[in-house]
Amino acid sequence: MSLKSKLHELKLKYQGNKMAPAFNAFHTFLFSPDETTHPGGTHVKAADDLKRTMNTVIMALVPVLLFSMFNAGYQHYSAINGFPVDFSVMRDFLTWDNFWIGIIKVLPLVVVSYGVGLLVEFIFAVIKGHEVEEGYLVTGMLVPLIVPIDTPLWMLSVAVIFGVVIGKEVFGGTGMNILNPALTIRAFLFFAYPTWMSGDKVWVYGARERAEQILAGTTNADAISGETILGYLAQNKGAEMSYSVSDMFFGFIPGSVGETSAFLILLGGLFLIFTKIASWRIMVSAVLGSLVMGLIFNQIVDFGWIGESSKFYGLMSFDFWKHLIVGGLAFGIVYMATDPVTGSQTNKGKWYYGFFIGFISVMIRVFNPAYPEGVFLAILLMNVFAPTIDHYVIRGNIKRRMKRLKNATIYPKDSEGKAEELKAETV
Amino acid sequence: MALLSKKDTNLILDPLADNNPITIQVLGICSALAITAELNASLVMAISVMFVLGAGNVVISLMRNIIPSKIRIIVQLIVVATLVIIVDQVLKAFAYELSKTLAVFVGLIITNCIIMGRFEAFALANGPWRSFLDGIGNSLGYGIILIIVGFFRELLGSGTLFGIPVFGDPIAKTGLYSTGYENNGFMIIPPAALIVVGIIIWVQRSRNPALVEEN
Repeated sequence: MSLKSKLHELKLKYQGNKMAPAFNAFHTFLFSPDETTHPGGTHVKAADDLKRTMNTVIMALVPVLLFSMFNAGYQHYSAINGFPVDFSVMRDFLTWDNFWIGIIKVLPLVVVSYGVGLLVEFIFAVIKGHEVEEGYLVTGMLVPLIVPIDTPLWMLSVAVIFGVVIGKEVFGGTGMNILNPALTIRAFLFFAYPTWMSGDKVWVYGARERAEQILAGTTNADAISGETILGYLAQNKGAEMSYSVSDMFFGFIPGSVGETSAFLILLGGLFLIFTKIASWRIMVSAVLGSLVMGLIFNQIVDFGWIGESSKFYGLMSFDFWKHLIVGGLAFGIVYMATDPVTGSQTNKGKWYYGFFIGFISVMIRVFNPAYPEGVFLAILLMNVFAPTIDHYVIRGNIKRRMKRLKNATIYPKDSEGKAEELKAETV
Repeated sequence: MALLSKKDTNLILDPLADNNPITIQVLGICSALAITAELNASLVMAISVMFVLGAGNVVISLMRNIIPSKIRIIVQLIVVATLVIIVDQVLKAFAYELSKTLAVFVGLIITNCIIMGRFEAFALANGPWRSFLDGIGNSLGYGIILIIVGFFRELLGSGTLFGIPVFGDPIAKTGLYSTGYENNGFMIIPPAALIVVGIIIWVQRSRNPALVEEN
């Protein structure tokens, strides 16, 4: 007897039991359930269930996660010993030392995120007596990737509880939420504990301790490096930055845990488009939106309306296409904006939705003095607007079809074969 | 003989829970969001509203038969405005610092929907004693929510209660702060009050399903 049928028998045995939802969650995590679409009135049957969809996104995230574990160590050692002179990926990046830092710093974030989030989901499932919903599978993986590496685990737990309960469960659970839960969690962290979410000491493991040591004079280091690229630019210190474009693209830069490697995110995005999990319309339009906004800012600088003394100069003069490879924009576009629940549903709506995400992200980057990153705020804002966009797209569609119907010519079935033309009368 | 008849007791007790002005009638939300970052302010606001609503209800109730119905709103406004100015002046005289924290919100008691709501719904149709009880009951219901929200927001946001440190000193890292705990800056900003009020409403309705509206 296979494991699957054994589990299935167990499932039947525990049916109606109070803990049944918790058990079923494990069962369907391992295997496709016997039925993927609910029986009854459904006419469109899917070959896979929501859990498979979620797992596909997680597959797209695994390379990002692995990279981020190496990068955690790489940034840590680079901050202490200086950047390696002639950088080689095998010798300086994919090392056991680097990976070990990833294991002790990144893995706990993943474990806490999943542990706390699933616990909340299980509690709600048991109280409300429904199956454990799959929504948290992806959220739980996204959360550790979008927070700074030094985020204390208790803060993460508080934020996850808040995000899952207030961001999702109060609206009725998976599929009902207005805001992306992962971004709700990040927004909560950002507003609740701003000192742990911004500045130049949180993006590299150990930077905070080193800063304290420097302050206390117990180390002979004289400075810390750990500012993000956007941070440098926001302070008009772009010239001090030693990162090349390929560093930015491949992700050997400080930043939130998983957001740095635009290259792997691009691969993940292609994978999601190929498997038809994520909407290419949203991705393409978001990229367009950010490029347009970036170009506008570049033009403003070119016309000389903004001088080098302006506090916006650093970010405004940043080449428009580079916005896509630094900070969280790429990660946000590929994994966050394409959330099928909180994004626009209509194809036309997706274009507007994505475009404004890119557009507003870059705008917030430039104009937000305290925190030069606005992707999560832009996506949350557009999450709120998504239903409105859909509403107007659908209304526009109805209007157009009404017009067409008004002008349509109807040929009634005439027993005598007379083709009597009738103008349809509609209001 | 009991001091209050059963009907009168209900006038006070109903607004505390099942007919709460904030969580059930959803009135007076503005001030509940604006001034609940500290317990002190919440308490003073609650007492001020209690004075204004209790006294106002009595005044309106006494005048209810001589107020022409066409201009009753203006009369009500004058009564509220008078009482609010009294509160404002008293606060400025005896608690100047606090009146600065509450700033414009004392003046805005005038626009607190609970007050006009009770005038219209109750004082215009009932005698002074019952109106007084109704005013006290509703302002108690309002005050309780304000104090609950203020308690959580001040405790989690600043780590103090009535300005007294509870968890230790956040700068010197004593007490709870030595373990790495930090104040939650989110609780200081007004949206947090909205969420806390929302959670209170949630808890209340799940305990008493009769309150859940059909839709």
